[in-house]
Amino acid sequence: MSVSDRTIPFDHQQSAHCETGVISNLMRFHGMNVSEPLALGIGSGLFYSHMPFLKVNGLPVTSYRILPGHIFKRFSNNTGVRMKRMKFRDPLAAMAELDRVLDRGLPVGMLTSVFYLPYLPKAFRFHFNAHNIVVFGREGDEYLVSDPVMDATTRIHRTALMRARFAKGMPNTNGRMYYPEVVPADADMRHAVAKGLRRTARDMSTTPLPMFGSKGIGFLAARLRHYERDLGPEKARLALGNLIRMQEEIGTGGAGFRFMFGAFLQESAALLERPGLKGFALRMTAIGDQWRDFAYEAGRLCKDRAESHITYGSLADKLTAIGREEQRFFKELAKAAR
Amino acid sequence: MKKEEVPQDDANLLEGKFKVVKYALNEKGEYVKVPSVGWEPENVALEQAWDVINERVEVALAEVRAGRASSLSYHMERNMMDPALLAQHMGIGARRVRKHLRPADFERLDAHTLQRYAEVLQVTVDQLKRVPE
Repeated sequence: MSVSDRTIPFDHQQSAHCETGVISNLMRFHGMNVSEPLALGIGSGLFYSHMPFLKVNGLPVTSYRILPGHIFKRFSNNTGVRMKRMKFRDPLAAMAELDRVLDRGLPVGMLTSVFYLPYLPKAFRFHFNAHNIVVFGREGDEYLVSDPVMDATTRIHRTALMRARFAKGMPNTNGRMYYPEVVPADADMRHAVAKGLRRTARDMSTTPLPMFGSKGIGFLAARLRHYERDLGPEKARLALGNLIRMQEEIGTGGAGFRFMFGAFLQESAALLERPGLKGFALRMTAIGDQWRDFAYEAGRLCKDRAESHITYGSLADKLTAIGREEQRFFKELAKAAR
Repeated sequence: MKKEEVPQDDANLLEGKFKVVKYALNEKGEYVKVPSVGWEPENVALEQAWDVINERVEVALAEVRAGRASSLSYHMERNMMDPALLAQHMGIGARRVRKHLRPADFERLDAHTLQRYAEVLQVTVDQLKRVPE
């Protein structure tokens, strides 16, 4: 290797979620100040879907967000940012291109698999192939990494990074990398925020099919009620644990993005000079608390430590209530955001 | 969730390496980022997921020791892979991987294929051929 050391001055800030964190950090480098909640809101990242037909490790997928990569896409569309995106077949070519872009003084975002990132705690290293990080330099055989979920920057060996960039599974990471080519200095943030807000409210309240949007919560509730009967006690517990992980684990910032979206509503109220949105922020916070309460009781049942009043039925009741609340919330938000 | 309600239930899953951040309300009712070392329900769910994985590794180990499976199946489970995922990493068919999980077929593997398996599963060829005592 004949590449020389290089460190790009990169201001790393810790985030609750990887994709929104990378957006916020990368944009700040290019002179556009967006907080993580703004990135989530402008990119219309909040969503809900429960897909019993789509299974990972034999358990149905529940998602609190839109597809990986799409927050970035919508964010760019709404702000006029132009991204250069690449994928590769050959790992060496992918590393060479990374080196070239670093030499131009640009930090690079990329898709990695958590399983192959040695700097992360072992307990979180599953085959999850949609983790976003930023590489902002290299020193000898190591690359300098800004992993948005960590409090400080870290390093990774070239071989390890190459492996993490070329993990197989769902999806193949294919060495995907991206960096902003054009970041407008005069982006109309008010317009971007208003657009993102409308889209989230619309997606949550009007997406057809029972399993998508806020009505999908009721859809899951109806199934959850009979988990024990339909799956047997053992598998029911696994499915419930899986549900908690999708909702709370690294990647959502807690309660399936509700609190982060509340923060977005607060910022929007100030940015759009629409104090009415503050009330919506408060309501979203209350809904987030209901989600937390649900996760808490689900955790008790999972561990078989439940007092007799926590059953699949009582959890389903809680979820049904949350679903109704969210349906009302997003319908009214859609109206208010028009 | 208020700032002081952000859970701090440490099950050492983060190994003390860092804290994650959550969004919560400060005294003035504004959202801020608050560090957290973990939360009981998350810890329970994560531990449950690991129990399933560890159980699979144990079963594989017993199968290998009983001579019903090749050591490859133990190393595959340790990497949290199934034949389909391992096959993708190897660039061969899942059926061939399943075949190599049988002791007799594994014995006959050539040096090159062994080397590839070892690389994918992050062990040496020597380790690949063995399981822990």
